[in-house]
Amino acid sequence: MSTFYTVLPILFLAVAGIVMLMAGVFARRDHSFAITAVTGVVLAIAARLLVAAPTGTVLHGLYQTNDFTRFADVLVALGAIGALALSVTFNRNIGITRFEFPVLILFAVTGMVVLVSANDLITLYIGFEIQSLALYVLAAFARHNLRSSEAGLKYFVLGALSSGLLLYGISLVYGFAGTTGFEGIARALASHPAAAMGSTVGLVFVLVGLAFKISAAPFHMWTPDVYEGAPTSVTAFFATAPKIAVFALLLRVMLGPFGPAVAQWRDLVELLAAASMVIGAIGAIRQTSIKRLMGYSSIGHMGYALMGLAAGNAAGVSGALIYLAIYVVMSLGTFGCIIAMSRGRQPVDRISDLAGMATDDPRFAFALAMMMWSMAGIPPLAGFFGKFYVFAAAINAGLAPLAVLGIVTSVVAAFYYLRVIKVMYFDAGEPGLDSRNSGVSLVIGLASAGVLLFAFHPSTLTTLSTMAAHAVMTSQGF
Amino acid sequence: MSAVGLGPYLVVAGLLLVIGIFGIFLNRKNIIVIMMSIELILLAANINFVAFSSALHDMAGQVFTMFVLSVAAAEAAIGLAILVVYFRNRGSIEVEDVTLMKG
Repeated sequence: MSTFYTVLPILFLAVAGIVMLMAGVFARRDHSFAITAVTGVVLAIAARLLVAAPTGTVLHGLYQTNDFTRFADVLVALGAIGALALSVTFNRNIGITRFEFPVLILFAVTGMVVLVSANDLITLYIGFEIQSLALYVLAAFARHNLRSSEAGLKYFVLGALSSGLLLYGISLVYGFAGTTGFEGIARALASHPAAAMGSTVGLVFVLVGLAFKISAAPFHMWTPDVYEGAPTSVTAFFATAPKIAVFALLLRVMLGPFGPAVAQWRDLVELLAAASMVIGAIGAIRQTSIKRLMGYSSIGHMGYALMGLAAGNAAGVSGALIYLAIYVVMSLGTFGCIIAMSRGRQPVDRISDLAGMATDDPRFAFALAMMMWSMAGIPPLAGFFGKFYVFAAAINAGLAPLAVLGIVTSVVAAFYYLRVIKVMYFDAGEPGLDSRNSGVSLVIGLASAGVLLFAFHPSTLTTLSTMAAHAVMTSQGF
Repeated sequence: MSAVGLGPYLVVAGLLLVIGIFGIFLNRKNIIVIMMSIELILLAANINFVAFSSALHDMAGQVFTMFVLSVAAAEAAIGLAILVVYFRNRGSIEVEDVTLMKG
């Protein structure tokens, strides 16, 4: 019976998705708002079930839950609920209110939950594809818009390439380790030097495939285009839930089955982290679209989080998880502000459109300014603590040069974050943007509160992330 | 597997992978060719799985192949659907025309 309760959240998500798809297809009238609302409730219930599900390895070792997967699952659900709350008015304004939107998000979340808890390469691949297939469609969701369909096409081609490379890597790992189970791979890599040699090639392919999905440089080229082209409600989702899920998987795979091969992958992860931080900082400087800017910003953030993985110990994992949790909140707040940017019900995304916001809508300007300060890592906002924990872990693990590079790039990145604030507070602008709607304001308000007040009570998050890191470091049981 | 060893299968799979990757990056004509290249990469992995499965006397690889085949079919369907949507908006499926956003 414990098996049933462990997989219950996935069954619940999948069945709810199918039921709502049928409800949407067979309903006479348009029920898209009702389906969106129900999806939000379903995600909240699923998050509760995921937290309550017993820990352990079930289904003959295919599926594992522990404190780490709970932590990541809750973050994924949080990102999805936030993105869903932001989407309603925006989708109505640009005429893409269709019931498929929440249903696709629900299917993507189902894939992410499978992905985070995968304990076997087969489960990993299936979870990866369930989320990817839903995300390809979401990117092209505004189907009468050329930009959105081009974004969908680019995301599909590069995403399919990355999952092809991932699969090829998996096939090599399977061949040389002789099994697809995570425990078996760890055992084979630890005991047979020959298996370790061959699997290292596969490991590189797997790392490349996953780096594509979290948009770590040098596999980031799709990110700015897809962020700009996809409808902002979709971009808000892309920036949060999928990144958390794939990053959590990356942590589990590298420290679990590939844990014995840490000497082989540490240099690669350091390289990914360094390249992402540099490209995230340099690439964003010349952008005029705030959505593209956020694309480059997310590349940089993934670089900082990868630094925690490069540290390769419990402190590093815990730091990366804290970073991701804060990143989700900051992203939701920032995309809440971007979604609120519209003129005559048409979305605008130039940074110059923000000019004069400080007098037009002081609370909006203050919230966005807090998000930008936090992303730049200025104390005492939450973003500072995220960076602090990964930098500390990296320095303790002997990666001082990487940490120094991280500090240099965050100084460079501060330039373009502060430019947004400067445009809002000091540039004279055209007459105002449309007024915000209450759902978006709620998300912005909650995210701002989280970012501002984190410093007063960091212990809840750090305790949970330490437990999660402990679970991932000990879960392979060898 | 007795007549032909594991090596030749891995070589063929490796060649398919390389052809697939080059097909995506060197092809300047048509997006349909990119879709075909993606299928080649998935098939390269499938050949690896079946060859390893046979050599290891372990069924997991062949089970995996079945999953990959069904996923590949779903992926091709979604890819073509996105391509049709794109064609309706753009009126072309030349790779060089996919340049509205540049970074």
